[in-house]
Amino acid sequence: MYGGGYIFEEPNNRQVREEKIHDEPEKLAAFEDRIARGEKIEPGDWMPAEYRRQLIRLIEQHAHSEIIGALPEGTWITRAPGFKRKLALIAKVQDEIGHGQLLYNAAETLGKTREAMINDLLSGKSKYSNVFNYPAKTWADVTVIGFLIDAAAIVNQVANSKGSYGPYCRALERICYEESFHLKQGHDAFIELATGTPAQREMLQDALNRWWKPIMHFFGPPDKTSQHSEKLMQWKVKMASNDDMRNQFLDMYVPKIWELGLTLPDPLLRKNAETGRWEYSDPDWDEFFRVINGGGPCNEERLQVRKWAEEHGRWVRKALMKPTEKHTLPVA
Amino acid sequence: MSLDPRVNRLKLGDPNAVIKVEEGENWNVYEVFHQEKRGAHHEHVGCVHAPDPQMALIFAKEQFARRKKCVNLWVVKSADILAFDVEDEDMFANNLEKTYRDASGFKVMEKINKFKQSSKGTTDVK
Repeated sequence: MYGGGYIFEEPNNRQVREEKIHDEPEKLAAFEDRIARGEKIEPGDWMPAEYRRQLIRLIEQHAHSEIIGALPEGTWITRAPGFKRKLALIAKVQDEIGHGQLLYNAAETLGKTREAMINDLLSGKSKYSNVFNYPAKTWADVTVIGFLIDAAAIVNQVANSKGSYGPYCRALERICYEESFHLKQGHDAFIELATGTPAQREMLQDALNRWWKPIMHFFGPPDKTSQHSEKLMQWKVKMASNDDMRNQFLDMYVPKIWELGLTLPDPLLRKNAETGRWEYSDPDWDEFFRVINGGGPCNEERLQVRKWAEEHGRWVRKALMKPTEKHTLPVA
Repeated sequence: MSLDPRVNRLKLGDPNAVIKVEEGENWNVYEVFHQEKRGAHHEHVGCVHAPDPQMALIFAKEQFARRKKCVNLWVVKSADILAFDVEDEDMFANNLEKTYRDASGFKVMEKINKFKQSSKGTTDVK
Protein backbone atom coordinates (compact mmCIF):
# COMPACT_ATOMS: atom_id res chain seq x y z
CA MET A 1 0.00 0.00 0.00
CA TYR A 2 2.82 2.42 0.70
CA GLY A 3 4.88 1.18 -2.17
CA GLY A 4 4.40 2.02 -5.78
CA GLY A 5 5.25 5.02 -7.78
CA TYR A 6 4.19 7.99 -5.72
CA ILE A 7 6.64 7.89 -2.84
CA PHE A 8 9.88 9.81 -2.86
CA GLU A 9 11.78 8.34 0.05
CA GLU A 10 14.77 7.65 -2.09
CA PRO A 11 15.69 10.51 -4.36
CA ASN A 12 12.83 10.23 -6.62
CA ASN A 13 12.42 6.75 -7.62
CA ARG A 14 9.08 7.13 -9.24
CA GLN A 15 9.25 5.05 -12.34
CA VAL A 16 8.14 6.65 -15.47
CA ARG A 17 5.85 3.93 -16.62
CA GLU A 18 6.19 3.49 -20.32
CA GLU A 19 2.80 2.02 -20.95
CA LYS A 20 1.76 1.04 -24.41
CA ILE A 21 -1.80 1.77 -25.38
CA HIS A 22 -2.58 -1.73 -26.52
CA ASP A 23 -0.88 -3.49 -23.64
CA GLU A 24 -3.52 -2.73 -21.06
CA PRO A 25 -6.92 -2.16 -22.61
CA GLU A 26 -8.68 -2.22 -19.23
CA LYS A 27 -6.47 0.49 -17.78
CA LEU A 28 -6.85 2.53 -20.93
CA ALA A 29 -10.64 2.28 -20.71
CA ALA A 30 -10.59 3.35 -17.04
CA PHE A 31 -8.25 6.23 -17.91
CA GLU A 32 -10.49 7.43 -20.73
CA ASP A 33 -13.60 7.13 -18.53
CA ARG A 34 -11.96 9.22 -15.87
CA ILE A 35 -11.17 11.97 -18.40
CA ALA A 36 -14.67 11.78 -19.88
CA ARG A 37 -16.08 12.33 -16.35
CA GLY A 38 -14.00 15.52 -16.13
CA GLU A 39 -11.53 14.19 -13.54
CA LYS A 40 -7.90 15.28 -13.59
CA ILE A 41 -4.95 12.98 -14.18
CA GLU A 42 -2.14 13.31 -11.61
CA PRO A 43 1.56 12.44 -11.88
CA GLY A 44 1.37 9.02 -10.20
CA ASP A 45 -1.61 7.84 -12.22
CA TRP A 46 -1.43 5.25 -14.95
CA MET A 47 -1.42 6.97 -18.33
CA PRO A 48 -0.82 5.79 -21.89
CA ALA A 49 2.72 6.42 -23.14
CA GLU A 50 1.35 8.50 -26.00
CA TYR A 51 -0.54 10.76 -23.57
CA ARG A 52 2.67 11.29 -21.58
CA ARG A 53 4.71 11.94 -24.71
CA GLN A 54 2.27 14.45 -26.16
CA LEU A 55 1.88 16.30 -22.86
CA ILE A 56 5.65 16.59 -22.38
CA ARG A 57 5.92 17.95 -25.92
CA LEU A 58 3.11 20.45 -25.33
CA ILE A 59 4.15 21.71 -21.89
CA GLU A 60 7.84 21.80 -22.72
CA GLN A 61 7.24 23.89 -25.83
CA HIS A 62 5.00 26.17 -23.84
CA ALA A 63 7.78 26.61 -21.24
CA HIS A 64 10.41 27.37 -23.91
CA SER A 65 8.04 29.93 -25.47
CA GLU A 66 7.75 31.80 -22.18
CA ILE A 67 11.53 31.96 -21.78
CA ILE A 68 12.35 32.87 -25.41
CA GLY A 69 9.34 35.22 -25.54
CA ALA A 70 10.96 37.35 -22.86
CA LEU A 71 13.86 38.17 -25.22
CA PRO A 72 12.20 40.41 -27.85
CA GLU A 73 10.40 42.35 -25.11
CA GLY A 74 13.41 42.46 -22.80
CA THR A 75 15.21 44.30 -25.61
CA TRP A 76 12.93 47.28 -24.96
CA ILE A 77 13.22 47.55 -21.17
CA THR A 78 16.10 50.03 -21.40
CA ARG A 79 14.25 52.09 -23.99
CA ALA A 80 10.68 51.96 -22.73
CA PRO A 81 9.03 55.40 -22.96
CA GLY A 82 8.65 56.59 -19.40
CA PHE A 83 9.04 55.18 -15.93
CA LYS A 84 5.62 53.55 -15.62
CA ARG A 85 5.98 51.69 -18.94
CA LYS A 86 9.45 50.58 -17.90
CA LEU A 87 8.24 49.24 -14.55
CA ALA A 88 5.34 47.42 -16.22
CA LEU A 89 7.62 45.89 -18.86
CA ILE A 90 10.13 44.70 -16.26
CA ALA A 91 7.28 43.12 -14.29
CA LYS A 92 5.87 41.45 -17.39
CA VAL A 93 9.22 40.03 -18.48
CA GLN A 94 9.81 38.73 -14.96
CA ASP A 95 6.36 37.09 -15.03
CA GLU A 96 7.16 35.37 -18.32
CA ILE A 97 10.33 33.85 -16.88
CA GLY A 98 8.30 32.76 -13.84
CA HIS A 99 5.77 31.13 -16.16
CA GLY A 100 8.59 29.26 -17.83
CA GLN A 101 9.64 27.90 -14.42
CA LEU A 102 6.09 26.83 -13.53
CA LEU A 103 5.73 25.05 -16.84
CA TYR A 104 9.12 23.30 -16.69
CA ASN A 105 8.04 21.97 -13.29
CA ALA A 106 4.73 20.72 -14.68
CA ALA A 107 6.55 18.98 -17.55
CA GLU A 108 9.06 17.49 -15.11
CA THR A 109 6.30 15.69 -13.21
CA LEU A 110 5.92 13.60 -16.37
CA GLY A 111 9.49 12.35 -16.11
CA LYS A 112 11.65 14.54 -18.36
CA THR A 113 14.31 16.46 -16.45
CA ARG A 114 14.75 20.19 -16.84
CA GLU A 115 18.28 19.71 -18.09
CA ALA A 116 17.04 17.43 -20.87
CA MET A 117 14.45 20.03 -21.85
CA ILE A 118 16.99 22.86 -21.92
CA ASN A 119 19.40 20.72 -23.93
CA ASP A 120 16.68 19.98 -26.48
CA LEU A 121 15.93 23.70 -26.74
CA LEU A 122 19.61 24.60 -27.24
CA SER A 123 20.17 21.91 -29.85
CA GLY A 124 17.12 23.05 -31.81
CA LYS A 125 15.33 19.73 -31.32
CA SER A 126 12.56 21.23 -29.23
CA LYS A 127 10.53 24.13 -30.62
CA TYR A 128 9.00 27.26 -29.15
CA SER A 129 6.31 29.61 -30.39
CA ASN A 130 7.13 30.81 -33.87
CA VAL A 131 6.24 34.45 -33.22
CA PHE A 132 9.38 34.94 -31.16
CA ASN A 133 11.58 34.36 -34.19
CA TYR A 134 10.56 37.82 -35.41
CA PRO A 135 12.22 41.05 -34.23
CA ALA A 136 10.65 43.83 -32.14
CA LYS A 137 11.90 46.73 -34.25
CA THR A 138 10.15 49.65 -32.57
CA TRP A 139 8.28 50.40 -29.34
CA ALA A 140 5.06 49.86 -31.31
CA ASP A 141 6.12 46.22 -31.82
CA VAL A 142 6.25 45.82 -28.05
CA THR A 143 2.70 47.14 -27.76
CA VAL A 144 1.50 44.78 -30.52
CA ILE A 145 3.16 41.84 -28.73
CA GLY A 146 1.82 42.89 -25.34
CA PHE A 147 -1.70 43.36 -26.65
CA LEU A 148 -2.26 40.87 -29.48
CA ILE A 149 0.27 38.09 -28.88
CA ASP A 150 -0.67 37.97 -25.22
CA ALA A 151 -4.35 38.01 -26.15
CA ALA A 152 -3.79 35.07 -28.49
CA ALA A 153 -1.82 33.26 -25.80
CA ILE A 154 -4.66 33.78 -23.34
CA VAL A 155 -7.19 32.26 -25.76
CA ASN A 156 -4.94 29.21 -25.97
CA GLN A 157 -4.11 29.04 -22.26
CA VAL A 158 -7.66 29.47 -21.01
CA ALA A 159 -8.66 26.56 -23.26
CA ASN A 160 -5.75 24.42 -22.06
CA SER A 161 -6.40 25.19 -18.38
CA LYS A 162 -9.55 23.06 -18.66
CA GLY A 163 -7.51 20.10 -19.87
CA SER A 164 -7.01 16.76 -18.17
CA TYR A 165 -3.52 16.96 -16.64
CA GLY A 166 -3.64 18.36 -13.09
CA PRO A 167 -0.17 19.95 -12.78
CA TYR A 168 -0.51 21.72 -16.15
CA CYS A 169 -3.97 23.06 -15.26
CA ARG A 170 -2.75 24.38 -11.92
CA ALA A 171 0.23 26.12 -13.55
CA LEU A 172 -2.06 27.64 -16.18
CA GLU A 173 -4.49 28.95 -13.59
CA ARG A 174 -1.73 31.03 -12.03
CA ILE A 175 -0.40 32.02 -15.44
CA CYS A 176 -3.78 33.19 -16.76
CA TYR A 177 -4.28 35.32 -13.68
CA GLU A 178 -0.97 37.11 -14.31
CA GLU A 179 -1.52 37.33 -18.07
CA SER A 180 -4.61 39.44 -17.52
CA PHE A 181 -2.28 42.23 -16.34
CA HIS A 182 -0.04 41.69 -19.40
CA LEU A 183 -2.98 42.05 -21.75
CA LYS A 184 -4.26 45.15 -19.99
CA GLN A 185 -0.93 46.93 -19.96
CA GLY A 186 -0.39 45.95 -23.62
CA HIS A 187 -3.82 47.24 -24.58
CA ASP A 188 -3.18 50.47 -22.70
CA ALA A 189 0.15 51.07 -24.49
CA PHE A 190 -1.45 50.13 -27.84
CA ILE A 191 -4.34 52.57 -27.33
CA GLU A 192 -1.93 55.32 -26.35
CA LEU A 193 -0.19 55.04 -29.73
CA ALA A 194 -3.45 54.54 -31.62
CA THR A 195 -4.96 57.72 -30.18
CA GLY A 196 -1.71 59.69 -30.34
CA THR A 197 0.09 61.81 -32.93
CA PRO A 198 0.15 60.92 -36.66
CA ALA A 199 3.71 59.69 -36.23
CA GLN A 200 2.66 57.37 -33.38
CA ARG A 201 -0.25 56.01 -35.40
CA GLU A 202 2.00 55.43 -38.37
CA MET A 203 4.50 53.55 -36.24
CA LEU A 204 1.70 51.38 -34.83
CA GLN A 205 0.21 50.67 -38.24
CA ASP A 206 3.64 49.63 -39.52
CA ALA A 207 4.11 47.25 -36.58
CA LEU A 208 0.63 45.77 -37.11
CA ASN A 209 1.40 45.18 -40.80
CA ARG A 210 4.58 43.33 -39.93
CA TRP A 211 3.07 41.25 -37.10
CA TRP A 212 -0.18 40.23 -38.74
CA LYS A 213 1.24 37.19 -40.53
CA PRO A 214 2.99 35.78 -37.45
CA ILE A 215 -0.21 36.39 -35.46
CA MET A 216 -2.24 34.44 -38.02
CA HIS A 217 0.36 31.66 -37.72
CA PHE A 218 0.12 31.68 -33.92
CA PHE A 219 -2.54 28.99 -33.50
CA GLY A 220 -0.84 26.64 -35.95
CA PRO A 221 -1.74 25.14 -39.32
CA PRO A 222 -5.38 24.78 -40.42
CA ASP A 223 -7.37 21.84 -39.04
CA LYS A 224 -7.51 20.06 -42.37
CA THR A 225 -3.72 19.56 -42.30
CA SER A 226 -3.08 18.78 -38.66
CA GLN A 227 -2.62 15.17 -37.70
CA HIS A 228 -3.85 12.95 -34.88
CA SER A 229 -5.72 15.70 -33.07
CA GLU A 230 -8.85 13.60 -32.53
CA LYS A 231 -7.24 11.39 -29.88
CA LEU A 232 -5.65 14.43 -28.24
CA MET A 233 -9.03 16.12 -28.03
CA GLN A 234 -10.59 13.00 -26.51
CA TRP A 235 -7.79 12.90 -23.91
CA LYS A 236 -8.24 16.63 -23.27
CA VAL A 237 -4.65 17.40 -24.12
CA LYS A 238 -5.84 19.65 -26.91
CA MET A 239 -8.98 21.53 -25.92
CA ALA A 240 -9.90 23.35 -29.10
CA SER A 241 -8.89 23.05 -32.73
CA ASN A 242 -6.40 25.50 -34.28
CA ASP A 243 -9.05 27.01 -36.54
CA ASP A 244 -11.58 27.38 -33.71
CA MET A 245 -9.07 29.20 -31.52
CA ARG A 246 -8.01 31.43 -34.41
CA ASN A 247 -11.64 32.23 -35.10
CA GLN A 248 -12.29 33.06 -31.46
CA PHE A 249 -9.26 35.37 -31.41
CA LEU A 250 -10.32 37.18 -34.61
CA ASP A 251 -13.83 37.55 -33.22
CA MET A 252 -12.59 39.18 -30.05
CA TYR A 253 -9.77 41.37 -31.35
CA VAL A 254 -10.24 42.40 -34.99
CA PRO A 255 -13.14 44.74 -34.04
CA LYS A 256 -10.93 46.29 -31.34
CA ILE A 257 -8.30 47.09 -34.00
CA TRP A 258 -10.74 48.33 -36.63
CA GLU A 259 -12.60 50.61 -34.23
CA LEU A 260 -9.39 52.62 -33.83
CA GLY A 261 -9.27 53.29 -37.58
CA LEU A 262 -6.29 50.98 -38.03
CA THR A 263 -6.14 48.47 -40.88
CA LEU A 264 -4.99 44.88 -41.19
CA PRO A 265 -2.93 43.84 -44.22
CA ASP A 266 -5.39 41.28 -45.56
CA PRO A 267 -8.00 42.48 -48.11
CA LEU A 268 -9.99 39.24 -47.72
CA LEU A 269 -10.33 39.46 -43.94
CA ARG A 270 -14.03 39.60 -43.02
CA LYS A 271 -16.58 37.86 -40.90
CA ASN A 272 -19.04 35.75 -42.85
CA ALA A 273 -22.39 36.72 -41.38
CA GLU A 274 -23.99 33.44 -42.41
CA THR A 275 -21.45 30.99 -41.01
CA GLY A 276 -20.27 33.22 -38.16
CA ARG A 277 -16.70 32.32 -39.16
CA TRP A 278 -13.89 34.62 -40.19
CA GLU A 279 -12.50 34.39 -43.71
CA TYR A 280 -8.94 35.37 -44.54
CA SER A 281 -6.21 34.90 -47.14
CA ASP A 282 -3.87 31.97 -46.81
CA PRO A 283 -1.25 33.27 -44.37
CA ASP A 284 1.65 31.56 -46.15
CA TRP A 285 2.13 28.32 -44.26
CA ASP A 286 5.35 27.65 -46.15
CA GLU A 287 6.89 30.60 -44.35
CA PHE A 288 5.57 29.25 -41.04
CA PHE A 289 7.35 25.92 -41.56
CA ARG A 290 10.49 27.60 -42.86
CA VAL A 291 10.73 29.84 -39.80
CA ILE A 292 9.95 27.10 -37.29
CA ASN A 293 12.72 25.01 -38.79
CA GLY A 294 15.31 27.69 -38.21
CA GLY A 295 14.88 30.02 -41.18
CA GLY A 296 13.37 33.03 -39.40
CA PRO A 297 15.04 36.41 -38.91
CA CYS A 298 15.83 35.83 -35.21
CA ASN A 299 16.08 32.06 -34.64
CA GLU A 300 19.85 32.08 -34.45
CA GLU A 301 20.10 35.08 -32.15
CA ARG A 302 17.46 33.74 -29.73
CA LEU A 303 19.23 30.41 -29.29
CA GLN A 304 22.64 32.04 -29.10
CA VAL A 305 21.49 34.29 -26.27
CA ARG A 306 20.10 31.24 -24.40
CA LYS A 307 23.37 29.38 -24.98
CA TRP A 308 25.34 32.37 -23.73
CA ALA A 309 23.24 32.46 -20.56
CA GLU A 310 23.69 28.73 -19.89
CA GLU A 311 27.42 28.88 -20.55
CA HIS A 312 28.11 31.98 -18.48
CA GLY A 313 25.87 30.96 -15.60
CA ARG A 314 27.43 27.53 -15.34
CA TRP A 315 30.14 28.46 -12.82
CA VAL A 316 27.50 29.81 -10.42
CA ARG A 317 25.33 26.71 -10.72
CA LYS A 318 28.34 24.46 -10.34
CA ALA A 319 29.66 26.29 -7.29
CA LEU A 320 26.34 25.67 -5.54
CA MET A 321 25.79 22.17 -6.87
CA LYS A 322 25.71 19.27 -4.43
CA PRO A 323 27.42 16.49 -6.34
CA THR A 324 26.27 13.75 -3.97
CA GLU A 325 22.63 14.67 -4.19
CA LYS A 326 20.41 12.71 -6.52
CA HIS A 327 17.82 14.45 -8.57
CA THR A 328 14.12 14.44 -7.73
CA LEU A 329 11.02 15.12 -9.75
CA PRO A 330 8.36 17.53 -8.44
CA VAL A 331 5.48 15.93 -6.53
CA ALA A 332 2.58 17.72 -8.17
CA MET B 1 23.98 42.86 -35.66
CA SER B 2 21.16 42.55 -33.16
CA LEU B 3 18.52 45.21 -32.55
CA ASP B 4 19.41 44.83 -28.89
CA PRO B 5 22.56 46.71 -27.88
CA ARG B 6 22.90 44.45 -24.84
CA VAL B 7 23.02 41.41 -27.10
CA ASN B 8 25.68 43.05 -29.24
CA ARG B 9 27.80 43.66 -26.15
CA LEU B 10 27.62 39.97 -25.16
CA LYS B 11 29.97 38.80 -27.91
CA LEU B 12 27.90 35.72 -28.63
CA GLY B 13 29.77 32.54 -29.40
CA ASP B 14 29.77 30.29 -32.42
CA PRO B 15 26.13 29.57 -33.37
CA ASN B 16 27.05 25.95 -34.07
CA ALA B 17 28.74 25.41 -30.70
CA VAL B 18 27.17 22.63 -28.65
CA ILE B 19 26.25 23.80 -25.17
CA LYS B 20 25.06 21.03 -22.86
CA VAL B 21 23.61 21.36 -19.39
CA GLU B 22 24.65 18.55 -17.07
CA GLU B 23 22.14 16.47 -15.21
CA GLY B 24 21.67 18.02 -11.75
CA GLU B 25 23.13 21.34 -12.81
CA ASN B 26 19.75 22.90 -12.28
CA TRP B 27 19.80 21.59 -8.75
CA ASN B 28 17.04 19.86 -6.90
CA VAL B 29 13.31 20.33 -6.51
CA TYR B 30 11.65 21.90 -3.47
CA GLU B 31 7.90 22.04 -2.92
CA VAL B 32 6.60 25.46 -1.84
CA PHE B 33 3.83 26.20 0.68
CA HIS B 34 2.36 29.68 0.84
CA GLN B 35 0.65 31.31 3.81
CA GLU B 36 -1.64 34.12 2.77
CA LYS B 37 -2.31 35.62 6.16
CA ARG B 38 -1.26 35.07 9.73
CA GLY B 39 -3.30 32.26 11.22
CA ALA B 40 -4.13 30.62 7.87
CA HIS B 41 -2.85 27.25 6.69
CA HIS B 42 0.21 27.04 4.48
CA GLU B 43 -1.00 25.85 1.10
CA HIS B 44 0.96 24.02 -1.56
CA VAL B 45 1.46 26.30 -4.58
CA GLY B 46 4.16 24.64 -6.68
CA CYS B 47 7.89 24.08 -6.64
CA VAL B 48 11.27 25.63 -7.36
CA HIS B 49 14.71 24.34 -8.30
CA ALA B 50 17.41 25.26 -5.81
CA PRO B 51 20.74 24.00 -4.48
CA ASP B 52 19.66 24.13 -0.81
CA PRO B 53 16.66 25.09 1.35
CA GLN B 54 17.84 28.68 1.95
CA MET B 55 18.11 29.37 -1.76
CA ALA B 56 14.80 27.58 -2.30
CA LEU B 57 13.17 30.11 0.06
CA ILE B 58 14.66 33.02 -1.86
CA PHE B 59 13.48 31.65 -5.21
CA ALA B 60 10.07 30.79 -3.73
CA LYS B 61 9.64 34.38 -2.57
CA GLU B 62 10.48 35.63 -6.05
CA GLN B 63 8.25 33.09 -7.78
CA PHE B 64 5.19 32.80 -5.53
CA ALA B 65 5.07 35.96 -3.41
CA ARG B 66 5.71 38.75 -5.89
CA ARG B 67 2.07 39.64 -6.38
CA LYS B 68 -0.57 38.27 -4.05
CA LYS B 69 -0.50 38.73 -0.31
CA CYS B 70 1.93 36.49 1.55
CA VAL B 71 3.18 36.48 5.13
CA ASN B 72 5.24 33.30 5.16
CA LEU B 73 6.56 30.48 2.98
CA TRP B 74 7.69 26.92 3.67
CA VAL B 75 9.92 24.87 1.43
CA VAL B 76 10.54 21.15 1.65
CA LYS B 77 12.53 18.91 -0.60
CA SER B 78 10.21 16.99 -2.94
CA ALA B 79 12.12 13.83 -2.05
CA ASP B 80 10.98 14.16 1.57
CA ILE B 81 7.29 14.15 0.81
CA LEU B 82 5.62 10.86 1.61
CA ALA B 83 2.26 10.25 0.01
CA PHE B 84 -0.15 7.39 -0.54
CA ASP B 85 -0.11 5.75 -3.88
CA VAL B 86 -2.77 7.41 -6.01
CA GLU B 87 -4.03 4.00 -7.01
CA ASP B 88 -5.05 3.37 -3.40
CA GLU B 89 -7.52 6.23 -3.27
CA ASP B 90 -10.39 3.79 -2.70
CA MET B 91 -9.26 3.36 0.90
CA PHE B 92 -10.59 6.84 1.58
CA ALA B 93 -14.06 5.85 0.46
CA ASN B 94 -16.55 6.72 3.20
CA ASN B 95 -18.85 4.32 4.92
CA LEU B 96 -22.17 6.07 4.37
CA GLU B 97 -23.39 5.14 7.86
CA LYS B 98 -21.20 7.53 9.85
CA THR B 99 -23.83 9.57 11.66
CA TYR B 100 -22.02 8.80 14.93
CA ARG B 101 -19.21 11.08 13.63
CA ASP B 102 -21.48 13.95 12.67
CA ALA B 103 -23.12 16.63 14.76
CA SER B 104 -26.35 15.87 12.92
CA GLY B 105 -26.29 12.32 14.28
CA PHE B 106 -27.27 13.51 17.78
CA LYS B 107 -30.84 14.75 18.19
CA VAL B 108 -31.02 16.35 21.64
CA MET B 109 -33.80 18.80 20.80
CA GLU B 110 -36.26 15.99 20.14
CA LYS B 111 -35.69 14.61 23.59
CA ILE B 112 -35.86 18.01 25.22
CA ASN B 113 -39.14 18.86 23.51
CA LYS B 114 -40.59 15.49 24.37
CA PHE B 115 -39.55 15.97 27.96
CA LYS B 116 -41.07 19.47 28.11
CA GLN B 117 -44.36 18.21 26.75
CA SER B 118 -44.58 15.37 29.23
CA SER B 119 -46.30 16.06 32.56
CA LYS B 120 -42.99 15.92 34.43
CA GLY B 121 -41.51 18.63 32.22
CA THR B 122 -44.48 21.06 32.39
CA THR B 123 -44.77 20.91 36.17
CA ASP B 124 -41.01 21.49 36.64
CA VAL B 125 -40.92 24.59 34.41
CA LYS B 126 -43.92 26.19 36.10
